[in-house]
Amino acid sequence: MAAQANALSIEELKEKGKVLRRLIIRMTTEAGSGHPSSSLSAVEVVNALWFGGFMKYDPQNPTWDARDRFILSKGHAVPVLYAAMAEAGYFSTDDVMTLRKLGSPFEGHPNMKRLPGIEASTGSLGQGLSLGIGQALGARLNKNGSNVFVVIGDGEMGEGQVWEALAAAEKYKLGNLTAIIDQNTYQQTGATKDVLDLGSFEEKIAAFGWHTQTIDGNCQKSVVEALEVASKVTDRPKAIISKTKKGFGILPVLEETGDLNYHGKPLSPELAEKALAFIA
Amino acid sequence: MYLGEISGLKVGQATRDAFGDALKDLGDKHPEIVTVDGDVGNSTRTEVFAKAFPERGFNVGIAESNMVSVAGGLASTGHIPVVASFAAFLLCNAYDQIRMSIAFPGMNVKMVGTHAGISIGEDGPSQMGIEDVSLACSLPGVVVMVTADAVSTKAATAAMVEHDGPVYLRLGRPNVAEIYSEGDTFEIGKANTIREGDDVTIIANGLMVAGAVDAATKLAEEGISARVIDMHTVKPIDVDAIQKAARETGAIVVAEEHLAHGGLGSAVSMVVSQSTPVPMAYVNVGDCFAESGDPQGLLDKYGLTAEAIVEAVKKVK
Repeated sequence: MAAQANALSIEELKEKGKVLRRLIIRMTTEAGSGHPSSSLSAVEVVNALWFGGFMKYDPQNPTWDARDRFILSKGHAVPVLYAAMAEAGYFSTDDVMTLRKLGSPFEGHPNMKRLPGIEASTGSLGQGLSLGIGQALGARLNKNGSNVFVVIGDGEMGEGQVWEALAAAEKYKLGNLTAIIDQNTYQQTGATKDVLDLGSFEEKIAAFGWHTQTIDGNCQKSVVEALEVASKVTDRPKAIISKTKKGFGILPVLEETGDLNYHGKPLSPELAEKALAFIA
Repeated sequence: MYLGEISGLKVGQATRDAFGDALKDLGDKHPEIVTVDGDVGNSTRTEVFAKAFPERGFNVGIAESNMVSVAGGLASTGHIPVVASFAAFLLCNAYDQIRMSIAFPGMNVKMVGTHAGISIGEDGPSQMGIEDVSLACSLPGVVVMVTADAVSTKAATAAMVEHDGPVYLRLGRPNVAEIYSEGDTFEIGKANTIREGDDVTIIANGLMVAGAVDAATKLAEEGISARVIDMHTVKPIDVDAIQKAARETGAIVVAEEHLAHGGLGSAVSMVVSQSTPVPMAYVNVGDCFAESGDPQGLLDKYGLTAEAIVEAVKKVK
């Protein structure tokens, strides 16, 4: 037997989002390293998937055959996934405070061998969508109704493999595959439009034959509505271009640092206190 | 002249042909087998399986990176993907995908690299996987096999499907001499002694096993008794067989259709140097990219011959 996640209301999801954000900040500050801002941009998407009724999973039986699969292709944002899984009941919120410490299964990037419930080991960008295709094809062969959700970073779209995957997913009409591009507009060294401007993701992905939507990915209601639309499309793969802000939820606090990108570094304990207070 | 001719070995199937037939035969017993191709299924012979089981054969186009990760995803849903391409394109083009989508998470994927070595011939060095064994061996937890003939390839194909975990199987393009007979034993990680001998041991794999048998035949005419071992599994390597050979014959020659670095020679010498140091010599492609040409001409020019093995033996005896 397996649990279908209870769908929270938009208001309840917003509260849950605050919980996830607090956890992300606390665990990365405790670790002294990590990617809090890359995690924060994806909170509304991850939140809706895990707690909005869009994924079926069972924390008591993480290998349940018919579970839906969540792949975090932008593996450096794993704190958002650990936070969601802790809230879902896979482990305790205390456990995730061991993030990045020697011996902890909460590694700096997702490692499926060490943590049941992680569906893909990622951290080399560009591979998540292809893994999702494999899982979607596998689910089709298994006839178990399993769906696959892949969250990809906008900088990550520079990887050629993503475009190979976009073509292959359309070939196999994978209606059980949903890709969400977390377009937070920044990557390691600066603005994505300056590093490698790929233009309109929606136009390009639609040209591959996918069902596409572009939304405000930090608006919880928009995310839920987009996932509802996508869930009704079953004859082809689906993409949601989720326009977000890196560090969303604590932007005024990060702006004080003068760094709008704030990539790959934790908040100092002092800044974290400010951020936690801001969220509250 | 072909490798094995001196010893009267008959030419049989190419290892890739044997693989294709074996995989198709395994399809009914193992409904979890699927193939993932980068549009070379008619060369790698996974097409034979895909035609028999069309719903289980996926051709994702000329996109090796995606191909390998798709295989990783299929494995995580309980299937046994066999992902095949030319050895050069599988290992070299998609190395990071193999590392991250298969090896690191320990996915139960069977990687098959065909057209390995310089014996692919006229198509030239860009198509020759001659560093593939080195790359595959460098991946933690991956079993690496190089088979010598059709019969052992069929056995290896069945064994890799039964094995739980990632495997790399290296195959060649041309028809090769028959070393084994139906019913001969084949076990992953356990070398097969093809000929007994006391004076020197020639450890080989792939088509160089036939070259080693020829060399042993020539050496016998000169009164030198050479043991021939088919080290079909490079990783995990058969430590016992190597140590026994070193102790009992006092000298080892390693012959392979691969670069000098990181292949069978490296693997054998690591065992020998740590436990049973004896003189060693190597027959391989060296440190170069070879060239286009007819397969036998290439083997002759680059020193992958029975004569080269005989010369190597004389260096250590």
